[in-house]
Formats: sequence, C-alpha cells, structure tokens
Amino acid sequence: MKGEGASPKVCARLTDVTRVYPSRDGHGEVHALGPLSFDLHAGEFFSVVGPSGCGKSTLLDVLAGLALPSAGTVEFEGKPVAGAVPDGVGVVFQEDASFPWLTVEDNVAFGLRRSGVDAAETRRRVEFAIGFMGLRDFRHAYPSQLSGGMRQRVCIARTLVLQPRLILLDEPFGALDQQTRLLMGDELLRLWRETSATVLLITHALDEANLLSDRIGVMSARPGRFIDIVETGWPRDRDSRLAERADFGAVTSRLWSLLREESMRAMGQRSAA
Amino acid sequence: MKKATWIRTVILVGAVGALELACDTGAVPAAMVIAPSAMVLALIKTVQSDDFGSNVERTLSAVAVAMSLSIVGGFAAGFVLHAIPALRRAFNPFLAAYYAIPHFAFYPLLIVIFGLGQLPLIVLATLFAMVAMIVATMSGLDRVPRVLLRTARVHHLSLADEIWHIRLPAAAPHLLSGLKLAVSYSFIGVIGGEFIMSTGGIGHEIAFAYDNFDNARMYALILFVLLVVTSFNMAVYAWERRLMRRRSA
Repeated sequence: MKGEGASPKVCARLTDVTRVYPSRDGHGEVHALGPLSFDLHAGEFFSVVGPSGCGKSTLLDVLAGLALPSAGTVEFEGKPVAGAVPDGVGVVFQEDASFPWLTVEDNVAFGLRRSGVDAAETRRRVEFAIGFMGLRDFRHAYPSQLSGGMRQRVCIARTLVLQPRLILLDEPFGALDQQTRLLMGDELLRLWRETSATVLLITHALDEANLLSDRIGVMSARPGRFIDIVETGWPRDRDSRLAERADFGAVTSRLWSLLREESMRAMGQRSAA
Repeated sequence: MKKATWIRTVILVGAVGALELACDTGAVPAAMVIAPSAMVLALIKTVQSDDFGSNVERTLSAVAVAMSLSIVGGFAAGFVLHAIPALRRAFNPFLAAYYAIPHFAFYPLLIVIFGLGQLPLIVLATLFAMVAMIVATMSGLDRVPRVLLRTARVHHLSLADEIWHIRLPAAAPHLLSGLKLAVSYSFIGVIGGEFIMSTGGIGHEIAFAYDNFDNARMYALILFVLLVVTSFNMAVYAWERRLMRRRSA
C-alpha cells in the first residue's frame, strides 16, 4: 500500500520544513515539526494522522501560510508560501469559526463581500454553497440557533464559495458525535468529488482518515515527521458504506500498527512535560 | 406580560403607593419628603419656569460631551492597552485601583485648572466614565476567539477590516456593558459635580432648592433626573437586547 505516484501534478510541496518555537515558560525551544518533505498531489484527498501534540496542526498552519517555517520551503502551485494565506487556499478549523452576529447567509457570503466579488455573483455562489451543504432552510438563522454540526457546515460553505483549489481541514469534525461525523464525512467526499479540489485533512480518527483518503500521512511523535505514507487505493466514488468492506479494517489496522509506538512515545512526552 | 415584569411593576407601584399614603396621612412629614403626586405637580410647575430649559440644556450638553469623549476615548485607550501588553502591565495597578479614588475630591483642583463653567465638569465626568469603557474594551478584546482572528487572515482582511468586521462585533457584548456604565457615570459625574460647586445646571438647582428648604422644587428636579436617566438607560438596554437576542437564541 505504500508507494510513490507515477508523476502526478503537484498542488503543494514542502521541502525540509521544520518549525521550532519558544516554549511557553520562556526557557528553551519546542521543536514541533520536521524536517519534513512531501508533495500534495493535485486533486487528491490526503489525511494526516499522528499522536496528540505531534505537530499536525503546525503542519497545516505552515502549509496555509498561517505560520512561517523555521527552515525549509513551502510552495503552493509552484509559488512560495510566505507568511500569508495564498489565493486559492481555504481553511476550516476545528473550533466553531462561524460569526455569531451574522446570519447563515451573511456568514457564507462574508469572504466574497470582503474580496469585492459583485453582488450577483456573490448571490449565485452563496445560493449554491447553501444548497450544497443542506442549509437552505436555515439561511436566515443565526449560528446560536444551530447545532455544532450545522455550524461546521456553515464554515465549510463559507470556504466553498471562495472556490478554493486546496482545502485544508484541521480536525473539522473533532467536536461532533460519531454519527454526525460519518455523515459529514460523506458530504466532504461529495464536495471533494464535485469541486475537484485537493483536500488535506488533519484528524486523529484513524477510521475517518481511512474512509476519506486516497493517501494517509502517518506522523511520528514530536517533532512530527512522516514515518509512512499509506495509499488506500479506494475508488474516487466512495462513501461511509466503504467501512463495510472486508479490506477496510486492514488499512485501519496498518495505521494503528504504525502509530501505536509513536502514541506511547507521545504520552511519555506529555507526562514528562 | 412576563412574570418578572409583573413583579417589577407591583414593587414599583407598591412603593410609590406606600409613600403616597405615608405622606397623605402625615406619617412622613412634608418637611422630609413630599408625596409622589405633589412631586409630579411640582415638576409640571418647574418645567414651566423660565430657567428650567437653560439648566437642562447645560446639564445634558455636558453629559453628552462627557459621554462621547469617554466612550470614544475609552475605546481607543482600551484598544492601545490591549495591543501593547507591556503598557497594559504598567497601567494595570492604576486601572484596578481607579474607582477607589474619590474623584469629586479633585473638583476644586479642576476648577483651578480649567476655570468655572462647563469644562471642569466635563473633565470630571469624562475621567469618571472613561476607565469603565477602557476596562470593558480590554476585556472584550481579550475574549475575541483566536479562531476568528485566524479566519480573518484566511480571508486576507486588512487590519482596519479585521477591527471593523471581526474584533468589534466579537467584542460587542463587553463594549455594550462598558457603554452602559460610561453613560451612567457621565450622568453621575456631571450632576454630582454641579451639586458640589457649579453655578448652574440641574445638579446645582437641586442643591440650591435644598439649601433654601424648597422641598417641592428639589423633589421635582430629583424626579426629573430619575426620569431622564432611567429613560436613557432603558433605551440603551433595549438597543443592547435587540443586538444580543440573535446571539443567544
């Protein structure tokens, strides 16, 4: 299952990226990430799994331009990512990032209005995203009137209207219950298929990574590096029923066998900290 | 009508009724308090007096200036202190102890500096109200969720857009609390100052009536102040409720 692609088009490239930052107590440094190199192929669904605190979110921040690497280079579509989120990159965070003072419709239209897209085009894209994410009946509702899952849909819709070519998701379903997670996973797959965007998902749920991904990067305990990249080989047209397949469990088991030792190391790091 | 509104109405009507009864029966002498109905009649008479309009204008204009200065200045100062942690750490002890200082004791000094007239009153009320707005602004900005600021970066917002479209609305509940306090403190600062040393304004008129044993005029003016301050605060409260309703359905 491990292997290199033939010569797929590269969407984003990390070369020898490390991220070191000062520790919270002001004494010394935390080596959070790397050195790490990998190519994100255009149009693929790539997940990153790893023990808690291994630098998964740091990897996403560096890739999104939300944090600068301490060393190494990051490129998106061949251009360097230099401390700013490049055009064409959308990010969905784990925490609720919906704006409580705006209706669902205004939340979704937020980015378009700020970037000066004309009103007719904004309306068209918002209409599509709201329909796509099943929010039509809630368009005039405020986030406080919605469940956690619905609010996360609002955030995904707000990213979707910007028509990103790379969507970065930082544990977007982390706060949701298992059933909602599965359904949201199906919707994410549908979004990925229909938009042809490249998706990078940070998750700690091995089943979720297995179900959704073409490739899964398995990270070591801090400082995070890829100890393996697992290719699932699942068809592009898939949904949560994939979990019923006999070979589904084998991939999850492989992920766990790679991760078990790293997770124990990470627990040791946390108790020592 | 909601249960709370009923309880409030019953308490208010009961208290006013009890005072009316106590005054009418002579249980409370008129030299101490006049009956509420007499206060209303005296207020009607006072409102018609020649100097009433100019006194009201004098007081309310000073309140309006102090309120605007304390809200705008308090927000600006709160924003700067929030943005520069070292400065904030330096100022924190002063802010914490600020309301332990008896501000009115400095009124004579303000008169020496700014002369007689409206200016020392405005300065006193602004100093009294501004720190409530500074503290509320810092508290509101502290609580803007980090994820919303990250979202601003994802949407390539400029600093001005981030402040206007993210930080301000996210901090709004705290800013409104500060605004309500600034409104109240501006009234207290101006009317309290007029009471002590001014040569005009509603506060001065109350003190003047008190010194001359003119109970009817004194209670009429106190009733007027109560009505104005309550109406103003209720308007701000209603506005706040309308803004906040959507956030906590």
